[in-house]
Amino acid sequence: MKILICLSNVPDTTTKIKFTGDNTQFDAAGVQWIINPWDELALTRALEIKETSGTTIEKVTVLTVGKADTEPTLRKALAIGADDAVRIDAEPKDAYQVAAQITGFVKEQPYDIILCGIESSDYNGSTVGGMLAEFLDSPSVSSVSGLFLENGQIRLNREIDGGQEVLETMIPFVAIVQKGIAKEPRIPSMRGIMMARSKPLTVKPAVAADELTGFTAFELPPPHAKCKMIDAENVGELVKVFRNELKII
Amino acid sequence: MSVLAFTENWDGKFKKISFELVSYAHQLAAQMNTNAVVVSIGNVPEEELKKLGHYGASKIVRVEDNRISGLINKAFTAIIAQVAEKEGADVVVFSHNFTGKALAPRVAVRLRAGMASGVNALPDSLDPFVVKKGVFTGKAIGHITIKSAKKVLTLFPNSVEAIEADENAVIETFTPQLSDAHFATKVLEVKKVTDKVLLTDAEVVVSGGRGMKGADKWAPLEELAGLLGAAIACTRPVSDEGWRPHGEHVGQTGKIVAPNVYLAFGISGAIQHLGGISASKHIIAVNTDKDAPIFEAAEYGIVGDVQQVLPKLIEAVREAKKQ
Ligand SMILES: Cc1cc2nc3c(=O)[nH]c(=O)nc-3n(C[C@H](O)[C@H](O)[C@H](O)COP(=O)(O)OP(=O)(O)OC[C@H]3O[C@@H](n4cnc5c(N)ncnc54)[C@H](O)[C@@H]3O)c2cc1C
Ligand SMILES: Nc1ncnc2c1ncn2[C@@H]1O[C@H](COP(=O)(O)O)[C@@H](O)[C@H]1O
Repeated sequence: MKILICLSNVPDTTTKIKFTGDNTQFDAAGVQWIINPWDELALTRALEIKETSGTTIEKVTVLTVGKADTEPTLRKALAIGADDAVRIDAEPKDAYQVAAQITGFVKEQPYDIILCGIESSDYNGSTVGGMLAEFLDSPSVSSVSGLFLENGQIRLNREIDGGQEVLETMIPFVAIVQKGIAKEPRIPSMRGIMMARSKPLTVKPAVAADELTGFTAFELPPPHAKCKMIDAENVGELVKVFRNELKII
Repeated sequence: MSVLAFTENWDGKFKKISFELVSYAHQLAAQMNTNAVVVSIGNVPEEELKKLGHYGASKIVRVEDNRISGLINKAFTAIIAQVAEKEGADVVVFSHNFTGKALAPRVAVRLRAGMASGVNALPDSLDPFVVKKGVFTGKAIGHITIKSAKKVLTLFPNSVEAIEADENAVIETFTPQLSDAHFATKVLEVKKVTDKVLLTDAEVVVSGGRGMKGADKWAPLEELAGLLGAAIACTRPVSDEGWRPHGEHVGQTGKIVAPNVYLAFGISGAIQHLGGISASKHIIAVNTDKDAPIFEAAEYGIVGDVQQVLPKLIEAVREAKKQ
């Protein structure tokens, strides 16, 4: 079996967010780029499955749709342990366009298990994984917090409002993963970093794909009003707020 | 022309999030000079379906198929897309919860619709179609333009009010075209958390961080949550340490909540935690450190030790409730 992990390249989660061009563009100056946290967990889980299931998993590939500046992120994924990397040479603009790019590649080179993250931490789309599944006409399971391969059978845990479900699925399929899929993201070892240099990173040309959406403007939330302080000896004041203002008691 | 809303049900019942969505669809439909239609999948009693009419649905399309148990993305997608086609829907709206996030992108591809997820208001304009959504996990707001003729939106929970609007909704039954290929995934088991207020559903959330100081120190917090009818949440290190279950972890990598009131006890207010709570209407924090970043996000604050403040607060709430 082959596993594909779709990676989005996002600003480090502590980045101070600024915009340029009259608030029409994200200001990428000085930004530290990372693998989207959920995608990093997905990669970690794929490697765990590969290591514990004998020879069942032939390879773990990572893929990103992006320009050349996303290659360090792919190299990092290789250093963590992916076998090879693919970059589709297109500027990601819209989920429909990105999913169509990935579809073009997967139709040419099929994978049994495709993993996407629940959302990119930049534009919080939660969209590409589901769109990809529909383009491929594959089953999809989302909010996946556990993925297991036992005797060639796939088991998944899915988070639902108010509990958890256990599912099985046919192959190929798309899993859209979230927290819980792996405990901690793996970090590259020195040896991993050395080996990553000689692992294949293939660049594929973009296919024709439509963009159906685009961000036209941004704004920062209004500055926060100053916190009103209540004396610790006088919690009754807070209870008054509960009753009169917030109406929760 | 119409606006179609997919309302999820929980054991045959709708929740506040469903009514918010129908109300949103109704207001959007009014802007577009058309009607709001609802699609409901699975067994829901007629009087429960009728409730959707009170929030502005003019038609309810009910779909039952005995192969459906639990959420099967492919089958649900096919059903919603078929209803959207039948109803000539220009916009299809979902809730931005687990189910909506699973289905909306698939339906969007089916309809060749551009999608905006987690929108938190009615569109800024219809032509071009521009709508607002949070980006960078609550750190900014983006205005996204959808250029395609058909559109799919997911609505962020708690961002619009469910406004009553009496429509005498007609209920219609629809039989979808489904094959076995639509049922390639199977739900084997459901583990429900019962008799607790659901975190993603709660009006009030009582949350604790590392300042709670240990797994055995949560009884007062649970007691306060009980008194306020609140759900319990925690920060990531708290669930990583095993002080609290993982399902309670809130933040960028955990659940995103948007309650009316979020009470933070012993939480520093790291950016990744704030990402999961910034859509809360009112944040209240208790922390020993007057410079903790949580006070920059909070509306009310108490500088104090949770172990002293919590018992006093419980006592005062108890007294207030007697009156
Ligand atoms: C990629 C990434 C993703 C992350 N995702 C998340 C996430 O989703 N959710 C999340 O929560 N974190 C997340 N984190 C971790 C985050 O950065 C913080 O480390 C975490 O939120 C801190 O948790 P805390 O506030 O409980 O603990 P601390 O930061 O240790 O804060 C404890 C607070 O309690 C106060 N305190 C101590 N004693 C008392 C007392 N007796 N009474 C009152 N107050 C007291 C202290 O003054 C302090 O402010 C993430 C980190 C990374 C790098
Ligand atoms: N440019 C991209 N290249 C490859 N995968 C992506 C890209 N953008 C998003 N994804 C995948 O889709 C998931 C959800 O992203 P989004 O829909 O952008 O929130 C991510 O976690 C990735 O797995």
